[in-house]
Amino acid sequence: MGMWAFIAQEIMFFGGLFAGYTVYRYKYLAAFTEGSNHLPIELGALNTAILIGSSFTMAMAVRSAQVGEKGPLLRWILATMALGIAFLGVKSIEYADKYHHNLVPGLSFEGSGQLKIFFSFYFAMTGMHALHMIIGLGIMLWMIPKIRRGTYTREYFSPVENFGLYWHFVDIVWIFLFPLLYLIGRDPWMTIM
Amino acid sequence: MDDHHVVPVKLYAAIVACLFTLTAVTVLAAFVELGALNTPVALGIAILKATLVVLFFMHVRYNTPLMWVYAAAGFFMLLIFLALLLQDYMSRDWERLPVQFLQ
Repeated sequence: MGMWAFIAQEIMFFGGLFAGYTVYRYKYLAAFTEGSNHLPIELGALNTAILIGSSFTMAMAVRSAQVGEKGPLLRWILATMALGIAFLGVKSIEYADKYHHNLVPGLSFEGSGQLKIFFSFYFAMTGMHALHMIIGLGIMLWMIPKIRRGTYTREYFSPVENFGLYWHFVDIVWIFLFPLLYLIGRDPWMTIM
Repeated sequence: MDDHHVVPVKLYAAIVACLFTLTAVTVLAAFVELGALNTPVALGIAILKATLVVLFFMHVRYNTPLMWVYAAAGFFMLLIFLALLLQDYMSRDWERLPVQFLQ
């Protein structure tokens, strides 16, 4: 229950970013369409699949904890960590690519002011999301020795369960970021406008 | 968490298969010309995916009604927030002020 209260405030935190994005997209639709077409859709889709996969391995980890299976719990957590690291790896390739194309506001940017706003939102939103994933990876790293020591049992597994809720929430944020940043503005109708 | 329902592995596998499929659908739909409908379709699929994650991966499906309210509250607040924000920004150009206010 407490974990859900935390998630509710996390929704409001990311909600602020989504709200800002909504207003500026409404005002500068053409620039946001252009910005969207700068993003590599295949890497975005790959990362969506990786993150959904990691949500599945996390759900399996929680399940293993529920039925008190220590070995599988450790392996599912390690699998979730591997997928989380893979996501950040793909993300860093994208960030590096943006830098080479001078699309990083504040560091090196060439383009209209409105396009700059799109990329400011892109980096703020994906950056905050990536920070949440790094924190998640840190918590899993912290859990590993506890799992090995057998701290979590059939009677006491709520830390694993609550961490699972956090990880799924981070997945949900990406489920919305992917269409908003990468997909919207791809069809010919939008490009004409 | 009051209810500790153990979900069958097959159900998790089915959910993750649905999520992969919906991801493929939303990517393909992005390139189809739907006019003004592209954004609602993309967001609709995202909401569907998020709902699957919340209900099954996050176990809300197997929880008490109070838990449903808790889980929905955050999303509902955000919806109200966005609706009121847009009714402000979208209506700003509508108003025709009487001349004396513009001088």
